[in-house]
Amino acid sequence: MTIFFIVRRSLRQHLLSTIVTALSIALAGGLLLSIWAVKDQSQAAFTQVNIGFDAVLGARGSKLQLVLNSIFHLEASPGNIEESDYLAIKHHPAVKRAIPIAVGDNLRGFRIVGTIPELFTGVEYALGRNFRLAAGRLFTDGANEAVLGSFAAARLGLGVGATFHPYHGLVYDPRNQHADIYTVTGILAPSNTPADKVVWIPIHGVQTMSGHDVRAATEVSAVLIQLRAPSAGFLLDLKYNRQGNRLTFAYPIGAIVADLFDKIGWFDRILALIAYLVALVSAAGILVAIYNSMDSRRRDIAILRALGAHRGIVFASVVVEAAAIGTLGMIAAFAVYWAITAAAAAIIRAQTGVLLDPLVYNPVMLWGPGAMILLSALSGVAPAWKAYRTDVATNLSPLS
Amino acid sequence: MSLLEIASLHKSFVSPGGERKRIVAIEKFALGAGEQVALRGESGSGKTTFLHLIAGILTPDQGSIQIGSADMTRLGEGARDRLRASTLGYIFQTFNLLQGYTCLENLLLAMSFGLGRDRARAVALLERVGLGNRLHHLPRQLSTGQQQRVAIARAMANRPRLVLADDQRNADEALALIRQTCRETGAALLLVSHDAGVLSRFEETRDFALLNTVGPEGGQ
Repeated sequence: MTIFFIVRRSLRQHLLSTIVTALSIALAGGLLLSIWAVKDQSQAAFTQVNIGFDAVLGARGSKLQLVLNSIFHLEASPGNIEESDYLAIKHHPAVKRAIPIAVGDNLRGFRIVGTIPELFTGVEYALGRNFRLAAGRLFTDGANEAVLGSFAAARLGLGVGATFHPYHGLVYDPRNQHADIYTVTGILAPSNTPADKVVWIPIHGVQTMSGHDVRAATEVSAVLIQLRAPSAGFLLDLKYNRQGNRLTFAYPIGAIVADLFDKIGWFDRILALIAYLVALVSAAGILVAIYNSMDSRRRDIAILRALGAHRGIVFASVVVEAAAIGTLGMIAAFAVYWAITAAAAAIIRAQTGVLLDPLVYNPVMLWGPGAMILLSALSGVAPAWKAYRTDVATNLSPLS
Repeated sequence: MSLLEIASLHKSFVSPGGERKRIVAIEKFALGAGEQVALRGESGSGKTTFLHLIAGILTPDQGSIQIGSADMTRLGEGARDRLRASTLGYIFQTFNLLQGYTCLENLLLAMSFGLGRDRARAVALLERVGLGNRLHHLPRQLSTGQQQRVAIARAMANRPRLVLADDQRNADEALALIRQTCRETGAALLLVSHDAGVLSRFEETRDFALLNTVGPEGGQ
């Protein structure tokens, strides 16, 4: 207890240095926690997002591009496929459900996706969860009506009954406004999936939008597929990807997204390396702060020793003080972590519709602070050794 | 039976020039329990070194320092620390209060190395030296005289059997306080000073120059 008594007083006595050093630990620790948590959470979230489908059929090209375009509503479409291809997969005995989508327009940057009402009535986007309307009703197939994802509706400021002109292309350009006018008939309840940031209209609307190529009026951009059995996915993979050369069958969706994370794994590692270096520099900051103050502490240490404190108490109090600075820093680090993760989550939400929760437990929340406090304590060893070796008589008062 | 018995105590230092210089050479010195003795000595005569040796802050080249049943010179460093904390009170020449600690905390910390922290007793001691209204003041917020009184209270914190007082100036009130608190607790008092005014207040004074055979020119 005496050690903690000494440490508390020392932290108070060197308050400014304590605050500055703890803040540097907080930033380093917050960064470390955030990188880990965002990496793990986003990987888990993205590989689990399939909005209820097993596979995607689209134009010949990259499977990843196809998945990103049709599931996450990112990236450009690899191209369209014929209506006959859609009908063929729809009626394939191994396919339980096939939902066509068509892309090519946007509403002030939010992607407009044409589909059929069955997407909202028959599909569980996650186990036991169907898309649900928070307001209004679904669009009528063939009508100039729209249902907005919750995030898109909030950002666009549109409610039921509002009207809008679509804009051509996936990137917003005010000069590319279509003449068509659509009326919002419903707003989806939040699903925390990419569907939240989409403006949904009947597929016929995208296919026949004024200014679109009339020859493509029956084409679709991709088909979202539910299989009757997982094994059928490998048969269809064989049929479309190995034996055919016109179409791409992206299956399984989770593995394709996981492959993306594998490809950008080097980026994670660089971020982690930066976080480690920042943590090391911060720990070195503790060492420098305490070590530099040792000259002014010598007399106090000599007094402590003269009062009966053993060298071990002096040594331990400096190490515990360093650990205490680390602990204070790591407590504050959770605020930094929350701020960084919340900002990252907001960006990811805006870009992909996927929601990350900054408060979800991650093992790094235990081992991160533990490692940082240990590192802080280790950084206190050098100044503690200096304190341990302080000569009492020399550093007390003048001799007479 | 003496509380403090010193025999053949020698201490030397190596000067920056490499020459070994003897500072203390005391063949015999004794102090009874509850006794109050002042040692007269000039600055640089080795008085503080002598007190540091008794307190176990310095170790002698040879000799023995018997405090009660323990020989300070035969103890390891840890045991010396414990003996110092539990048996001795030391009022330093410059008081040596911890500047980052309040008056009360200075006492509580000293207690934590000895009898254990006793807040009520610490408060009572500070009240005894007239600082009951300065418990939470830092040393820099006190006058020199008040700091001296905190140092006196701290020296008494662990109910010492022997109090060492180094060159206490600003004498009258403080000196009376030191002597009175020692009497109240039954502690022996060994004070060293070069100040004739301080020394004149003691019934028993001894000449450190006669005691320390090295002489003033050898002292530090």
